[in-house]
Amino acid sequence: MSPAQEFAIDAAGVAFRYGERTALSDVSFTVPRGAVHGFLGPNGSGKSTLFKLLATMLPLREGRVTVLGLDLRNAAAALRARLGVVFQSPALDRKLSVRANLRYGGHLFGLRGAELERRIDEMLEVGGLASRSGDKVGELSGGLRRRVEIGKGLLHRPELVLLDEPSTGLDPSARQELWKFLRSRPGLTVLFTTHQMEEADDADQPTILDGGRVVARGAPDALRAELGGDVLEITGGEPDALVAELRSRLGIESRAFGRSVRMQVPRAHELVPRIVEAFGARVQRLTLAQPSLEDVFLQKTGHRLMEDGD
Amino acid sequence: MLLAAWSLWHREIARFLADRPRVFSSVGQPIVFWLLFAGALRGSFRPGGLDYGEYFFPGTLAMVVLFTAIFATITVIEDRRDGFLQGVLVAPVPRAAIALGKIAGGATLAVLHALVFYALAPLAGVPVDLGSAALVFLVLVVLAFALTAVGFTLAWLMDSTAGYHGVMMVGFMPMLLLSGAFFPAGGAHPLLAAVMTVNPLSYGVALLRHAFYGASSAATAGLPSPGLCAAVTVLFAVTAFAIGTAVVMRRTARDVT
Repeated sequence: MSPAQEFAIDAAGVAFRYGERTALSDVSFTVPRGAVHGFLGPNGSGKSTLFKLLATMLPLREGRVTVLGLDLRNAAAALRARLGVVFQSPALDRKLSVRANLRYGGHLFGLRGAELERRIDEMLEVGGLASRSGDKVGELSGGLRRRVEIGKGLLHRPELVLLDEPSTGLDPSARQELWKFLRSRPGLTVLFTTHQMEEADDADQPTILDGGRVVARGAPDALRAELGGDVLEITGGEPDALVAELRSRLGIESRAFGRSVRMQVPRAHELVPRIVEAFGARVQRLTLAQPSLEDVFLQKTGHRLMEDGD
Repeated sequence: MLLAAWSLWHREIARFLADRPRVFSSVGQPIVFWLLFAGALRGSFRPGGLDYGEYFFPGTLAMVVLFTAIFATITVIEDRRDGFLQGVLVAPVPRAAIALGKIAGGATLAVLHALVFYALAPLAGVPVDLGSAALVFLVLVVLAFALTAVGFTLAWLMDSTAGYHGVMMVGFMPMLLLSGAFFPAGGAHPLLAAVMTVNPLSYGVALLRHAFYGASSAATAGLPSPGLCAAVTVLFAVTAFAIGTAVVMRRTARDVT
């Protein structure tokens, strides 16, 4: 396969500035067809700008991006027909029925008549909304509303769907349902942004952004494995003092974050009894865990994904 | 293009009908206005020898069109705020279709409202026959397009409904008050009369009066000729529509916020 067919998105050297402020610099990535790809990053990391560039809302000025084999610079109009875009803020008319909302959505993509109604029926069916089609959107739960929103974005059978913070306002089971649904669409490539690391775990290959740059990318397990070892987190006592004592008494490098202290160590389980013996009651809580994408982020950037109080 | 415009038009109407309080208030408001003014001024003010209720009737029609146009185009700001507009902007829809759909939707609502009020004309003692009704309808359509296009353009450029209300009070209200809807230019201060001469809505209101009373009537004495009124009103609609479309065609950073 030629690269254009192999990749849904092939981006190289993408940069974007809002006036003086640099939102993205030298971002390169590829998304294979049929993949579920996530962009993980805190607010201001540039993921929203990237989303808007790919959604053809912002003009690409620096770098080269091919989406579904089309050049983003000059084929934006042709691309729109093959792209599904689902925004974070709900774009539904709450006072209109589920079906009416889907119908208006379909019209914008040139769907009409019996074919449109058939696709709406199908979407209601797979989305578990068949019995609610006549209900006003405002009467639905957040999870169902999200499904209507996403269903609207998929009616014209896009080859690539872009989702901005897709699970905002969804409970864990609704989130699971959503991903099951998206992955069940044959051949669909999904790209989403998120600032929640648990959500990035839903991606085949998250790309981690910070300060407008790509800081890491790869399968979640591979990213975690790169860190080596497990993560220990201690809460209790004065964090800075704890860091100093861990170094002097046990020879362990750690970092203070807010009210807790974290360290990444191989064979962490062997350290647990030593720490408990050394610090006794000063340890209010001690957790041992596999590294999360949050830890990957932390290690690559030196700061947390969500700063305290964020 | 046409499917998208038709769909946006349809959505405007559906959204309006789904909003019960909006339906009742927008039908009731002009009736209340007319009753209050006609009742209060009947003894003291007889412009052109007409009973004030009758004089104010075409003016109320213009007011209904203007107010409905304004309230209908506020939905542009809501659409932007709620994210609906973003979804339209990333769809394969020419932007001109957005202007056409929204303006036609608002204009349709404005004409429908005006017709509801127009049906009360016999009760107000205003002469109605089939010929004049057809003319009144035509004028209402053109006027509704013009005013909705103006409202649409302003709404497209604004971020908040509060700001739009401000524009409405300092822009649209004087435009309505100085259009001949409430009082004729003849007795007004020369400065106000001058403003009334350059106010395009004056010609729309005058054209309505012509449509009601025909060519030679005391009720239309002193007004600009029907030909001039029609020319200005059509030009007003075409210009406003062209500006509205041009504004939508510009791609700006605001489209993505």
